[in-house]
Amino acid sequence: MMTVDLAAQSVRDLNKALHECKDNLTEKEWIVTNPKGNHNIAVGLDADISVDVHGHAGYFCAGMNKKANITVHGNAGQGVAENMMSGVVRIKGDASQAAGATAHGGLLVIEGNAGARCGISMKGVDIVVKGNIGHMSCFMGQSGSLVVCGDAGEALGDSLYEVHIYVKGTVKSLGADCIEKEMRSEHIAELKSLLEKAGVDENPLDFKRYGSARQLYTFKVDNASAY
Amino acid sequence: MCGIVGLYLKNDKFEKKLGELFEPMLISMTDRGPDSAGFAIYGDEVGENWVKLTLRHPDEAFSWETLSDKLSVSLGCEVKWMQNANVAVLKINTDERSARSALNELYPDVLILSAGSSIEILKEVGLPENIASKFNLSGMQGSHIIGHTRMATESAVTMEGSHPFSTGSDLCLVHNGSLSNHNRLRDKLKREGITFETENDSEVAAGYLTWRLNQGDTLKEALENALKDLDGFFTFTIGTKDGFAVMRDPIACKPAVLAETDDYVAMASEYQALVTLPGIENAKVWEPEPATFYIWERK
Repeated sequence: MMTVDLAAQSVRDLNKALHECKDNLTEKEWIVTNPKGNHNIAVGLDADISVDVHGHAGYFCAGMNKKANITVHGNAGQGVAENMMSGVVRIKGDASQAAGATAHGGLLVIEGNAGARCGISMKGVDIVVKGNIGHMSCFMGQSGSLVVCGDAGEALGDSLYEVHIYVKGTVKSLGADCIEKEMRSEHIAELKSLLEKAGVDENPLDFKRYGSARQLYTFKVDNASAY
Repeated sequence: MCGIVGLYLKNDKFEKKLGELFEPMLISMTDRGPDSAGFAIYGDEVGENWVKLTLRHPDEAFSWETLSDKLSVSLGCEVKWMQNANVAVLKINTDERSARSALNELYPDVLILSAGSSIEILKEVGLPENIASKFNLSGMQGSHIIGHTRMATESAVTMEGSHPFSTGSDLCLVHNGSLSNHNRLRDKLKREGITFETENDSEVAAGYLTWRLNQGDTLKEALENALKDLDGFFTFTIGTKDGFAVMRDPIACKPAVLAETDDYVAMASEYQALVTLPGIENAKVWEPEPATFYIWERK
């Protein structure tokens, strides 16, 4: 186990050491102490390692993650796990806005609440939030799943493509072209599996599913002639 | 960009250390705002029938003693003064209106940065650490303080365009964001008798609150109206005589984080501004909701 104390070393030192694991995996378990809200902690990893951050992280923590299993034992600032490709990112506290933005794959678990624009333009990631999410979440979400055990803010799923959204609590309002949809057996099975993977003890039958009505411009075949 | 920081003490435990606790908070936001900085500190309250003014003259050698003597003769009352760099805090045994009109008549080139019974506003162009050291921030005492580090976008880098902006007796505002309807709103407020020193958008927000409060709004009502009438991006922190308020616009793209312990409430644009506060490891830390305001005031 390797410990990096950010009170003594820079974020650049930490990230350099973590990046080196891609070609030379000498240490699988990493601990980061004194993050003190620093930005860009554990960004751009590409190795099957675990990183435990003890404290609150700043912006873009775990961004572009591939393969690594990153846990923040505290809150995370804007853009946590943005553009993640694979691996698991778990936030024990709250996450600020744009959590999991544009992420292509992997699993993002937020044990507290997530702020505005959670999963904005997500492209394949699975996001499980134990608490609430803020407004404009999943805006233009293209692929993947967003699970919310609490409530969702205004304009959920605006201009949505193919993300499966599951919300247990209330939805303040749905965005343009986002509608409630029937929970069929395959959705219950998918949600059950996501909750299990995230380690969240909830009954899939308590959730409602939301998705795209596919009525906006992009979905109209007649518009194809414009190109 | 810009950075905002605020520290409000719930009891007197840290009052003597307010400046010392606050200085690293302000300096840590230098990368969000390196061109100017300022702060409004509340403490050392004057008694009834007294007014406290923070005044600025560009010349450090300006004689505040002469000014105080002349004011005292003109107003026929006691005037106490204390110089801090090119700024002076005056305590005058009269009401704010009389003090302002005497000053305008005798010293039109002296700028009134703040007025009230407790507030002192200090601000300048330059790096936050230079401004903190210029005014000896770390030695200051008080009950609460809000500050700002500026990266100018909507108007020039000048002392007048830096924050906090006074919005009335013992009230001030710091702003992170940009307002899009400030030109039209400024014209409207001018017609209502509000005066402006700059082309700055944040000064319009300050002027707007001054106007609403003059119209009889409570602070809460003024903030509710601000949410309706101000268009653009903003996180505001508003200093009041007894505490502070925090408000974000409905879009909430400008960051804000709050932390609370038994002893204080702290606000900052980024969590890293809070990490030097005592007991922050166990503080309740959260992000304020959009279009929602939070007010803390000592009863």
